[in-house]
Amino acid sequence: MAIFPPEQRVWWNEPIEKSEVMWITIAFIWALVMFFMMPYWHIVGEQNLSNEAYKIKPDVYAEKVEAWAAKYKVREEGDTGIPVVHPPAGGDVYMLGRLWEWWPVVELEEGQSYRFHLSSLDWMHGWSLLPENINIQVHPGYEMIFTVKPTSSGEFGVICNEFCGIGHHTMVGKIHVVAK
Amino acid sequence: MAEFRTCPDTGFKIDLNADKLIKWNAVTAVVFLLVGGLFGLLVALTRWPAVHLLDADLFYLALTAHGLDVLLVWMIFFEIALLYFTSAILLNSRLALPKVGWLAYWMMLVGAAITNVAVLRGDSSVMFTSYPPMMAAQDFYMGILIFAVGALLGCLVFFATLYVAKKEKTYEGSVPLVTFGAITAAIIAVFTILSGAIILLPTWFWSLGLLSHIDTLMYRVIWWGMGHSSQQINVAAQISCWYAVAAILFNAKPLSEKVSRTAFLLYILFLQLASAHHLLVDPALSSEWKIFNTSYALYLAVLGSMIHGLTVPGAVEAAQRKKGYNKGLFEWLTKCPWSNPVFAGTALSVVLFGFLGGISGVMMGTEQLNLITHNTIYVPGHFHGTVVVGSTLAFMAISYWIVPTLWQKELVFPGLAKWQPYLFGIGMGLAATFMMGAGTLGVPRRHWDMTFADAAMGYDFPAAANLMMGLNGVAAVMGSLGALIFILNMVGTILWGKAKVPAPAAPAEEAPAAVASAATSHGSAGTMEVPGTFVLALIFLVSFVLYYFVNWKYLSSVWGLS
Amino acid sequence: MSDTGSNEKIPFMQQLLDSPFLLLAIGILSPMVLYILWGVMEVIATPIAQ
Ligand code: HEM
Ligand SMILES: [Cu+2]
Ligand SMILES: [Cu+2]
Repeated sequence: MAIFPPEQRVWWNEPIEKSEVMWITIAFIWALVMFFMMPYWHIVGEQNLSNEAYKIKPDVYAEKVEAWAAKYKVREEGDTGIPVVHPPAGGDVYMLGRLWEWWPVVELEEGQSYRFHLSSLDWMHGWSLLPENINIQVHPGYEMIFTVKPTSSGEFGVICNEFCGIGHHTMVGKIHVVAK
Repeated sequence: MAEFRTCPDTGFKIDLNADKLIKWNAVTAVVFLLVGGLFGLLVALTRWPAVHLLDADLFYLALTAHGLDVLLVWMIFFEIALLYFTSAILLNSRLALPKVGWLAYWMMLVGAAITNVAVLRGDSSVMFTSYPPMMAAQDFYMGILIFAVGALLGCLVFFATLYVAKKEKTYEGSVPLVTFGAITAAIIAVFTILSGAIILLPTWFWSLGLLSHIDTLMYRVIWWGMGHSSQQINVAAQISCWYAVAAILFNAKPLSEKVSRTAFLLYILFLQLASAHHLLVDPALSSEWKIFNTSYALYLAVLGSMIHGLTVPGAVEAAQRKKGYNKGLFEWLTKCPWSNPVFAGTALSVVLFGFLGGISGVMMGTEQLNLITHNTIYVPGHFHGTVVVGSTLAFMAISYWIVPTLWQKELVFPGLAKWQPYLFGIGMGLAATFMMGAGTLGVPRRHWDMTFADAAMGYDFPAAANLMMGLNGVAAVMGSLGALIFILNMVGTILWGKAKVPAPAAPAEEAPAAVASAATSHGSAGTMEVPGTFVLALIFLVSFVLYYFVNWKYLSSVWGLS
Repeated sequence: MSDTGSNEKIPFMQQLLDSPFLLLAIGILSPMVLYILWGVMEVIATPIAQ
């Protein structure tokens, strides 16, 4: 009984029941399958988050984003005054998180790949692209760079899903994807 | 010198110090479950779009308090009680260092109170994760640190008792399997608390102005060494409870001591690596680190859990078959005491933990699949499937045995107790499921307003997302009612329960010691076959495999990332 | 206890599982090295943006 000491002095050499052996074998094989799915997807899958990242001072990052936005600004988003930035296909895209907005609004072309830069100027934020449902943790002081290839067009929301203070639930940005 | 009494139900020799400490720790745990559970209900009602109960600031306050009071305080107080029970009582030993045990108790209580006051004051609504650079009041961190040192002292008392029991030869051979599970929990607890200290001490200094900067990524890596490992304490403790209940109710022997203990060893070695689950979409960590750690090195700890998932019901099946319930695959199961809350709660805990918490956790903890779940309400959905309908329900179930036994009182509401595990288990199980459903649509966790009414630019969730958050609210009301009935039953029993009539001829189900001597000479159930359990395990495996690959399919349909 | 030969040698794995303090050391060391140390080293080694 599990609440009393084992009755044999040497219990390690007791035989193991057949269904236990079978289950352990099956479970171990399944464990290996799940393990190798991850490296496998790095080789054949299209959705892998790159680990390219740099330490960066928030004000330095802000300057980079602003310079880039000024260069490729095409219009403003409605009457919000927030610039919409349309970079050349295949180029760099910058977005920053701060209390409480994702800045700027970005316009991309469907089917093109972009080098996407992401960082925060103040607190941690959660970059959540909807309705795709791609979610990335954004830290202040770290610039993350990954390649993004929009495979659908339309208007996408970027919300914040890391608690970042009382305005957390108002932190919404946008990405437009135009069909070619 | 330690004084003892003999338990009239079980024949265990009970050290009075241990007796008292177990009772105080368990009662305190239940009180915090009440407080934390109420906050949980308020949170759920606020996230129900049609109700939207609290204002934003109160919502974030309540959510911080909910996380702290249930996850930290309720779970750990109860686990300390379990540690004393599985060491002093199951080993028939005196409790070592009872004074330290009391110091531990008071430090935990005072620490919890300090942090609660800081949160209720309103200037520390930083969530229980307290990520910098968002700063809470300094006493928020100080309270947690005091609580943690208290818990560490509790572990010290546990290990010292193991040492004393061995030295004074209060038992022969190896410790019972349940105690071995508790050792696993305690080992994980020590690592948990050390990680917590490594990161929260500097964070406390930072809140006092003694340090200027805490690196956010460093914080998350080390903090989750505590935050996730503390969940692994719960898993190990909960599985010990499963084994204990199988032994208490059915006189069930482990199918194999060797297999079950090796499964716990896999936990000791690898379970804590899973802290990396939280960092799969963070910058600067390599995929090698992510894959190795998130998979507990080749999913060896998942293997451990799948083994326990077979051996616990398997032990029950073997015991039932020995009693003659041999018809077909499942007579042993249908003849189980489904209206006994000790059994019903444990059985639901095994099933719901596996299907809701286990499968979703492994899915989400896959490096790439985390992209489509991270920080969505899928995550709280998952862990209400582990720590609520798994651990909390298991602790409730065993309380229905521990409380009447230690206090020697009859349950005050035995009729309600019959229904309570179903109400709580199914209610919270549904809540977990609806949260996971909403998370699949991208609904964020820790979020006051999914309609984004005050935002400059909005985003519209599909109607299904709103519906699921509403259904989550309904299910949460049901689950909270279940929690409340449990608490009333426990507190009522302790305060007003009728004294138990000493029952010399207690039915075998309640008096394991009486039958223990009659048990055969096998330490394990040996070669008993358990075909029913094996079929159930295969059903579990098929669901697991299907769900896992459905999510890869979903992932493959989103934007390309590299 | 008395039913099996009491001088049968206790296998190594059983001895290991019967040593809580050894297990404690292993259980702390394993995640400290594989998770925390390795993770912290990667965080520290993050290059600085040009
Ligand atoms: C009594 C019934 C309970 C209800 C109705 C409930 C409901 C909820 C809800 C709706 C959330 C919010 C999710 C969000 O907005 O992010 C939540 C969060 C949470 N719950 Fe519960 N819960 C209950 C019991 C428990 C128990 C018993 C535990 C642990 C043992 C627990 C642990 C947590 C934790 C750790 C969080 C996350 C807090 C955070 O994000 O900071 N809950 N709960
Ligand atoms: Cu934010
Ligand atoms: Cu936020």
